[in-house]
Amino acid sequence: MKMPLPDQAVLEKRDMLVRRLKEIVQNPDGVIDQEAGLRAFECDGLSAYRQLPMVAVLPETKQEICEILKFCKAEGVNVVPRGAGTSLSGGALPLADGVLLGLAKFSKIIDVDYDNRCAVVEPGVTNLAITDAVKADGFYYAPDPSSQIACTIGGNIAENSGGVHCLKYGLTTNNVLGVEMITMDGDIVQFGGKHLDAEGYDIMGVITGSEGLLGVITEVTVRLLKSPQYISAQLIGFPSSEQAGDCVGKIIGAGIIPAGMEMMDYYAIHAAEEFCHAGYPLDVEALLIVELDGPEIEIEHNNNAIEKIAKECGATVIKLSQSEEERLTFWAGRKAAFPAIGRISPDYMCMDGTIPRSQLPKVLARMGELSEHYGLRVANVFHAGDGNLHPLILFDANIPGDLEKCEQFGADILRLCVEVGGVLTGEHGVGVEKRDLMNEMFSEDDLKQQQRLKCAFDPDGRLNPGKVFPILHRCAELGKMHVHNGALPFPDIPRF
Amino acid sequence: MENFNITSEDQVPDILQWALSDSKRLAIAGNNSKAALGRPMDVDATLNLSGLSGIEMYEPAELVMKAKAGTTVAFVEQELAASNQQLAFMPPDYGPLLGKASGLGTLGGIFTTNLSGSRRIKAGAARDHLLGVNGFTGRGHAFQTGSRVMKNVTGYDLCKLIAGSYGTLAVCTSLTFKVLPKPEKVRTVLVFDITLEASATIMRDAMSSVHEVSAAAYMPASIAAKTGIDYLDGGRAVVALKIEGPAASVEYRCAALLKAFEGQGRVEELHGHRSQTLWTFLSDVRAFSENQSPNIWKISIPPSNAPAYVKAISAAIPGLEYFLDWAGGLVWASVPEGIENAGVTIIRQNLNGNGHGTLIRAPEKLRTEISPFQPQNPVIAGISERIREGYDPQRILNPERMYPTVET
Repeated sequence: MKMPLPDQAVLEKRDMLVRRLKEIVQNPDGVIDQEAGLRAFECDGLSAYRQLPMVAVLPETKQEICEILKFCKAEGVNVVPRGAGTSLSGGALPLADGVLLGLAKFSKIIDVDYDNRCAVVEPGVTNLAITDAVKADGFYYAPDPSSQIACTIGGNIAENSGGVHCLKYGLTTNNVLGVEMITMDGDIVQFGGKHLDAEGYDIMGVITGSEGLLGVITEVTVRLLKSPQYISAQLIGFPSSEQAGDCVGKIIGAGIIPAGMEMMDYYAIHAAEEFCHAGYPLDVEALLIVELDGPEIEIEHNNNAIEKIAKECGATVIKLSQSEEERLTFWAGRKAAFPAIGRISPDYMCMDGTIPRSQLPKVLARMGELSEHYGLRVANVFHAGDGNLHPLILFDANIPGDLEKCEQFGADILRLCVEVGGVLTGEHGVGVEKRDLMNEMFSEDDLKQQQRLKCAFDPDGRLNPGKVFPILHRCAELGKMHVHNGALPFPDIPRF
Repeated sequence: MENFNITSEDQVPDILQWALSDSKRLAIAGNNSKAALGRPMDVDATLNLSGLSGIEMYEPAELVMKAKAGTTVAFVEQELAASNQQLAFMPPDYGPLLGKASGLGTLGGIFTTNLSGSRRIKAGAARDHLLGVNGFTGRGHAFQTGSRVMKNVTGYDLCKLIAGSYGTLAVCTSLTFKVLPKPEKVRTVLVFDITLEASATIMRDAMSSVHEVSAAAYMPASIAAKTGIDYLDGGRAVVALKIEGPAASVEYRCAALLKAFEGQGRVEELHGHRSQTLWTFLSDVRAFSENQSPNIWKISIPPSNAPAYVKAISAAIPGLEYFLDWAGGLVWASVPEGIENAGVTIIRQNLNGNGHGTLIRAPEKLRTEISPFQPQNPVIAGISERIREGYDPQRILNPERMYPTVET
């Protein structure tokens, strides 16, 4: 994986840049230029890739962010925004010649507005902190990525984060009412607010999921929902993953939209059970957790329907949570699946493709063949309701060549997802991890069209370059209507 | 004026190339049910997609459908109903409001205008459920974004940009979208003799309850009398709350809501058929479709601001009629003829920057003189214009339908 070559001219003026940034950021600890301090930022959740930033800044006011961005633009310096650094795709991976812009100090909940069922928060507030702040009043914020204890809402906007409850409640983009952002020009702009459907283009909609390439998020207005009256979960085990997949389709076909519907395969079930004794059956090939929420009477009705469907699909184990404690135990195994896999393998890499659900048997079978081909084990956890796969490839980084093999295996899985009509990433983002696979899903013209959007916000390409797009086109080149045959325009554009 | 009635998406690039090389401007149309919405355009030809019709893929168990842009919403709803499903959002039909027949609206039209009916507050907008788009940009290039799966964060979410762009960025030829099961039962709880102020509190409490209210509206007596529903013609102001889901659950939740609000006014319950009639009446703005007044505003606002806002505009505009949808977050206002510029200054200034007002219906002349869409701040206007530059550098697609071109 190659990153853009550092700009020597920028590196040469590092001392001046640091000095000027220290003038902008009032807190003397807000500019970090020593290696020991910069180590904390060298990677995000995708720790296979590391890079020290040239300098890190931790501003405390919007005005400071405006000044930093204007200064970086004027000096031709790249900027990488960062929330909690939990990205699993390298979205916050620093650049050797870049300023790492940390938003951690923006951690206030500004306004909880029950009259309008929303909250206005700063970008550094963690996902779970929003729910914690309103829980006692019977409300919550629906998107729940598994990193919710640590990940920030600013990062959730950047990645359009999902979670296990997307099937019923949608992703971040479906739960945000407003976003305030600072552009690379240092302008503060508000898209949306406490009302619905902003006038003009849905710019909030494209900022959500833009992976820090369009602007720096400074405030977010999120929708709050009333906590459901009752929640229950069923564990359903099957002798084959085909039967489990069939059951998922039939539940939805019957008109039931569960709050969450998760699947685990044999490896994942065993690893999770050994790790936290969730009471999972060990004699099944696939396990579903089906969670329902709503009025108790509705849940009872739907649970009965699901049980009937599961039996018809050949379920050998059906267990309904009898208490809130038991429901949480069912989930404990699923939520601990990643660390559980971490215990049985020195390293693992988590993939994130989405497929049309009907393709599951084909994809799992092919994945088994690939596993044999590469000699690497793979465990599967799967947001079954919406087709989002998380194959965990087990490897050992200390064995020379294992990481590369794992990367190739992962790329093959994602190609397979695209081949069956799915996508490269369902919720983790492209970042650097899947950047070089973008051509598998998009034509060169489509990728250029996406990059033209960036030109509307950041024509110099200063924000988070080297992420998402495999070839960096200059806006001047993208603006042209025709390219002359034969002559390659801009032969020096970076191609990774 | 030329009129291109295409029957295959393969014909689109040729028309775009013609427009690009001869500097021709195109109106992008379906069945023209919303032609009177937005700024009047000065164009050389119409690219009509209504012949581009049909369902390309429908997998009920995967909750997904792909259909050509000219397919009517009515046809799609009929096909979905055969599998006991419906669109994931509630598409309104503004045909009658805009002087056309009902049932004409196309998929391309409903998604590119991002219009949503009463269920918007719970179900989301059209934009929330658009999964993929195929079409052509104003550069004449084939264009594809999104996919057919529910969860996808691969690259920018350009579906959001296309939804609500009024055909100013790309010609959509097919759309892939999420569908959902039809609820087994629908009922409506009515609370009568409610003042404007009290309606805000009732709708707030209903939306903050555990009973999953899917739509909430307030009708003053004069509007309620127009619904044609026997229960509602007593000339009384009323709050309506929509409940849907499995039968037992709906009955339970209705009972709970009736009990919760019986102290506020007389309560009543509408069953399936009348519920359907009522929410179509509200979503399609039928209260104003045969109205004398030519000028109809759609105002999106933080719900709790609605009572004070409506009071302010009613005081400044004599004869203004209104009703509230989206639990108060949507004010529909009919401004009588003779009020200067349809009261644009009053309508927009009273928002104090919180929300926006769209002039949905007005004579062509007025829609030229004042901006039907709320003017944007210069930074956002600049970004929007540069987005257009990327998609349609020669401004051949629906030129100035939303906003006049600005220098960036």
